[in-house]
Amino acid sequence: MSFKPVILWTDALVYLLVAVIIAFAWYVRRNEHLLAPWRRVGHSKSGMAALTVLVFFIAIGLLDSVHLRPAVENSNSGNGEKAYSVDVLSLLDVIATPLRTRVEKTYSAPFAAHLYARETVELPDGTQLREYPRLKFGGAHLQDPETQLAADVAWRVAAGAGLGLLLWCVVVASLTASLANRGGGNFLPTLSSMWRGATEVPWNAICIVLAFMLLLLGTALALSTNYHIFGTDKVGQDVFYQSLKSIRTGLVIGTLTTLMMLPFALLLGIMAGYFRGWVDDVIQYLYTTLSSIPGVLLIAATVLMMQVYIETHPELFDTVAARADLRLLFLCVILGVTSWTGLCRLLRGETLKLRETEYIQAAHAFGVSHWRIISRHILPNVMHIVLISTVMDFSGLVLAEAVLSYVGVGVDPSTISFGTMINGARLEMAREPMVWWALLAAFSFMFALVLSANLFADAVQNAFDPRVRILSAKARMLPLRGRREMSKAEPAEGSS
Amino acid sequence: MLNYIIRRVLYAIPILIGVNLITFTLFFVVNSPDDMARMQLGIKRVTPEAITKWKQERGYDKPLVFNDGEEGFAKFTHTIFFEKSAAMFAFRFGRADDGRDIAHEIKTRMMPSLAIALPVFLLGLAVYIVFALAMVFFRATYVDFWGVVLCVALMSISSLFYIIGGQFLISKLWHLVPISGYGDGPGAIKFLILPVIVGVISAAGANTRWYRTIFLEEMGKDYVRTARAKGLSENVVLLRHVLRNAMIPILTGAVVVIPLLFLGSLIVESFFGIPGLGSYTIEAINSQDFAVVRAMVFLGSLLYIVGLILTDISYTLVDPRIRLE
Repeated sequence: MSFKPVILWTDALVYLLVAVIIAFAWYVRRNEHLLAPWRRVGHSKSGMAALTVLVFFIAIGLLDSVHLRPAVENSNSGNGEKAYSVDVLSLLDVIATPLRTRVEKTYSAPFAAHLYARETVELPDGTQLREYPRLKFGGAHLQDPETQLAADVAWRVAAGAGLGLLLWCVVVASLTASLANRGGGNFLPTLSSMWRGATEVPWNAICIVLAFMLLLLGTALALSTNYHIFGTDKVGQDVFYQSLKSIRTGLVIGTLTTLMMLPFALLLGIMAGYFRGWVDDVIQYLYTTLSSIPGVLLIAATVLMMQVYIETHPELFDTVAARADLRLLFLCVILGVTSWTGLCRLLRGETLKLRETEYIQAAHAFGVSHWRIISRHILPNVMHIVLISTVMDFSGLVLAEAVLSYVGVGVDPSTISFGTMINGARLEMAREPMVWWALLAAFSFMFALVLSANLFADAVQNAFDPRVRILSAKARMLPLRGRREMSKAEPAEGSS
Repeated sequence: MLNYIIRRVLYAIPILIGVNLITFTLFFVVNSPDDMARMQLGIKRVTPEAITKWKQERGYDKPLVFNDGEEGFAKFTHTIFFEKSAAMFAFRFGRADDGRDIAHEIKTRMMPSLAIALPVFLLGLAVYIVFALAMVFFRATYVDFWGVVLCVALMSISSLFYIIGGQFLISKLWHLVPISGYGDGPGAIKFLILPVIVGVISAAGANTRWYRTIFLEEMGKDYVRTARAKGLSENVVLLRHVLRNAMIPILTGAVVVIPLLFLGSLIVESFFGIPGLGSYTIEAINSQDFAVVRAMVFLGSLLYIVGLILTDISYTLVDPRIRLE
């Protein structure tokens, strides 16, 4: 199959972000003092377990960020040029083609073989019958769904779980082998120390979460080829597919917003703290004014104006996907512009403190230029604040997307996101019996994503924030009431 | 004290002017009134006459900041900026698209908003403090550990699901209270119970955890050790010393949102069909009623600034160490 790669705006920024993260990781690896806090993150049980889950989400999001336009099959190739479809597909769409293309007529429940609503069908002999028609794709391979469905599902679950387990064994075995190789030990002792949690990195927690995720993945793979595991929505689209697509939207909003606000916050915050005087006054005025407008209202006003702009300038966008994508990007920009004030204030305060330190006074005395002092001495010393607030903001932004889409100022209605999913499903609450599966799917995916992001953010904060570390050390030393045998992992979660 | 308050109020004026300029830029400079008219009347088939009429009805048919056609002061006053933006300082918000006076709507819709937001605020404060205190009391035990786990889990659920879940469980399954709606007088109570419960629970995770941190921070201070050294029991230390000192950051943090309670909550009100300012804003956003959104932005920042001033004043009231200069 030939195709033409398409790079949407958000894709380009996602690639940029990945490049920045890789460069940062490479840089950190070579500097022991930068590596130390990351080691602490690596030793946190909950943090690493959460990261394992996040890796799956990120992988799906990245797959969904590679876009292409497939060639139209029977195009008239007389002039030697291929015609490309106007539909922009992502790599995930291509992988999940069965999910994407098996569209039913309307609602159907999870694992159903019949449609959710009764329909009048005409029998060959001319009589009419009102019944639940069979689905075109869901459970279509079964002769008699009533008797076969349960057994078929059970068999597929077993097969999928077996596949996941096999994969897990392979991963764990290769992991153990590589650890044993690096540590110079043998395979079995390494495995047992991993299992007992005697390793510094909590491999046992990671492996357990990994097993869980791979089991889910295997089962989902085995089932989704023949069933709609989360049912279908109003236009018959598979809800599981929508949930997978929503992940990218959530990740993009959570990460690109930070990318958009960082330049503002860093530049203005450090400038205000470093130069003081009128620069400080102006910047303080700027962020006090911006932050005094309640966030949702400012976002709503800005998005409304953006809608007007997009509506009155249709010539700027060539495909629907480009338009929806630009709207997503605009949303990130707007969220970024409205949310840089908090970080800016923190950075200003920290810079004010730092500029009075002796080493910066010394740099001044040696005649080091402002720019060099900022980039060599101040910037590295405020990076932990930037990092902490970045990971802390992520989950809030994913949640905010859903609310904003509900308010009507979120992503483009054609973009699949958790917000649009909830919004669509909400209207069906009043139905009897209720259409609950879209809500369940959105809830479970969002909960998994946000919870793991929150846990990881906590681990990062515990490792990087000196205040929290002192606090947690103090909390450990406090005289305790009713202290029994406490687990070792406690203080990590027990603070902040 | 009075001196300080006056100065603080004077400081607020440039900020409000800034907010006013931002909304003016957003609503009139980024998109011209012509663009907005075209958007509202439909992009394709729109005549210049229709645009002119639309602008005339709303008073958008004047120059933005400087009117050359007038004499004297009218050069500045007969402009969109003066009539639409500067007039907000006098609480003249103009009319909504449905012809009603926005200032009057705001006045009547404030009470339903407050009827939900105030109980949520008070009940929430009490509940979060009690739970946070309990977690600190049992600190570093499994109660504390699972409490934090529960908080993180609660934080990870979108507020939309709290509302949907609450409506489904309490109203649809158990038929305890009506699913949505609003009444006047005492009859309103049955409509208010569910939104208030949902409002308290949906903010429980983040707040309880935050208060717990504040309590823990306070626990590590020297005066707590002194109190223990005097032989005071843990209950007395916690309830009389730690709680009272921790209330300073908690209360001052809470004061800033008190004026904003008037605005209500956007999603709670629209889900439960409560005719407050939150649902008013959502309706305005959905029908693209720019005048209402503009008024709400201005009102919101005004209330926020009032909250900031109240915060500064409350600092001095609860903490005698802080003096105003």
